[in-house]
Amino acid sequence: MVHAYEAGTVVALIAGAIGYFVVLRSSAFAAHALSHIGFAGATGAVVAGLNPIVGLLIFTTGSGAAIGALGNRLRSRDVTIGIVLAWTLGLGVLFISLYRGYATEAYAILFGGILSISASEVAVTALAGLVTFAALIAMYRPLLFSSVDEELAAAKGVPVTFLSIAFMVVLAVAVTEAVQVVGVLLIFALIVTPAAIAVRFTSRPGLAIAIGMLLALAFTWIGLSIAFYAPYPVSFFITSLAFGTYVLVRIAEPVRASLRRGSPT
Amino acid sequence: MRTASAAIDAHDLTAAYGTHIVWSGASFSIPIGSFTAVLGPNGGGKSTLIRVILGRLPPARGTLSVLSRPPARGNPLIGYIPQRSTFDPELSIRGRDFVSLGIDGHRWGVRLPGGPAAAATERSLQAVSAEAYADRALGRLSGGEQQRLQLAQAMVGDPQLLLMDEPLSQLDVRNQRIIVQLIADLTRARSLTTLLIAHDVNPLLPHIDHVLYVAHGKVAMGRPDEIITSEALSEIYSSPVEVLKDRSGRVFVVGLEEEVSHPHR
Repeated sequence: MVHAYEAGTVVALIAGAIGYFVVLRSSAFAAHALSHIGFAGATGAVVAGLNPIVGLLIFTTGSGAAIGALGNRLRSRDVTIGIVLAWTLGLGVLFISLYRGYATEAYAILFGGILSISASEVAVTALAGLVTFAALIAMYRPLLFSSVDEELAAAKGVPVTFLSIAFMVVLAVAVTEAVQVVGVLLIFALIVTPAAIAVRFTSRPGLAIAIGMLLALAFTWIGLSIAFYAPYPVSFFITSLAFGTYVLVRIAEPVRASLRRGSPT
Repeated sequence: MRTASAAIDAHDLTAAYGTHIVWSGASFSIPIGSFTAVLGPNGGGKSTLIRVILGRLPPARGTLSVLSRPPARGNPLIGYIPQRSTFDPELSIRGRDFVSLGIDGHRWGVRLPGGPAAAATERSLQAVSAEAYADRALGRLSGGEQQRLQLAQAMVGDPQLLLMDEPLSQLDVRNQRIIVQLIADLTRARSLTTLLIAHDVNPLLPHIDHVLYVAHGKVAMGRPDEIITSEALSEIYSSPVEVLKDRSGRVFVVGLEEEVSHPHR
C-alpha cells in the first residue's frame, strides 16, 4: 500500500504537469491513442515473456514520435491516429488470446494495477518521473510558444517539428507511467481531466500546471484511501473523482458568472 | 543596386515550392522607415513573400537582403504577426504571457524571475494600450483586442522590421481604421519598416508609402497613386485590369483574380 502511494504520487505529479500541454495543444486524442497503442506493446511483451512495461514503453514512444512527426497542422491527423489505434488494439486482442497464463496481467494493463506494484517498480517509476519532469522544464518556453502559435514560434527560430516529436515522446513516457495506476483505458482521468479543470480556473500557465498537478495528486491519494476501505477498484475511484470534479466545475462556472454579473461592482 | 537605406533589397528574386514557381524575377527595394502594403489576389504569393523574408523559404533564385543581411530564421530584429483567423476561444493563456513569449519564447528552460521580460512586456502592452485586458485569457478577447496583443507581441523585442500577414481580415471597419492608425503611428515614431498584407487597400491608403503588388507570378512595387491605376496594373500584368473609384474615394481593383482559385497554403 505504501508502494501504491509512492508510485501514485510520482505518476500524478507528472500526469498533471504534462496534461497542461496536452490540453493547450489539443492533443487529448493523441494522448488517449498512445495508451491504446501501448496496450498492444504491453500484451505483446507478456506473450514474449518480457515485462509489460517495457513493451508498453517501446510502443508508446515509437508511435509518439510518429504522431509528433505528423505535425500539428495535418488536419487528417485524428483519422490517421484512429486507424492505427484500431489496428493496434486488434493486435492486443490477438496477443491476449496467445497468452496462456492468467488474464490478470492484461486486466492490470487495461484498468491499472497500482495495488500490486513492487518496490523496484516504484524506483523505476520515480526515475522515469524525474526524467519526464526534467524534459518538461527544459522544453517549457519553446513548447509553450509553439503550442500557442506554431507559425510564429517557427518564424522566431523555435524548432517546432523537433518539439512536436520530443513532446509526444515525453508524453509517451508519462502515459506509460500513468498506465500503471489507472490503466490504458482510463488514462484521461489523470492526464487530461486535472489540466482541463485547471485551465478553467486560471489562464496563467505556471499556475495552471500547479493546479493540475495538485488535482491529479488529490484524485490519486483520495482514490487510494477510499480503495483501502472499499472492495472496489482504485481506478474507479480515481476516475470518478476526476469526472465529478470536472462536472462540478462546469456547473459552477455559469453560476459564478451570473453571480458576478448580478453583483454591482 | 543596393542602397544603404534599404531595409529589404530583392534582386531578380524567385520563390518556389519544389518545382512550382510562385513568382519570379522580383526586384524591389523597400526603404528603411517606410510603410508598405502588400496587395494582390488570394493565392498570388503574398504570404510566400513574407516566408522568404523571414528565412523560412530559401529563394529559388536571385538575392535578397533583409536589414543588410541574408534572410535567416529567428532574426530578433523582425517582429511578425502570422496570418490567422482568431485564437481558439478555449485558449487559456493570458495576453501578457503571449506577448512575453515574443521576447524569450525561443529560449530553452523556464523564465527566471527578475529578468528583463516582464518590464519589456509591460512597455509593449502600454505602447498598444492593451494593459486593461492583458491578464485575461487570449481566447476570450474580441478580435480588436487580440490584434492589439499580437501587435504588442510583434513589438516587444524592439524590432526594426514589422511583417504582418492580413492583420485586418478579422476586424470590422472601425477596428481596421484604429489598428491601421496604431500601426502607422508606431511605424513613424520608431522609424520601423512595416510590411502589411491586406486584401483591401482602402483602410491603408491614407498611411502607406509604397505598394507591393503580388499577382500572376510577378511582384511589382510603386507608390500607391502610381501603381493602383488601370494603366499601370494592366501593363505590369499584361492583362486588362480596371481600378474603379466610388464616390467616397475608395478604390477597387478588378481583373487580377486568379482564373483558377487555389486555396491559401
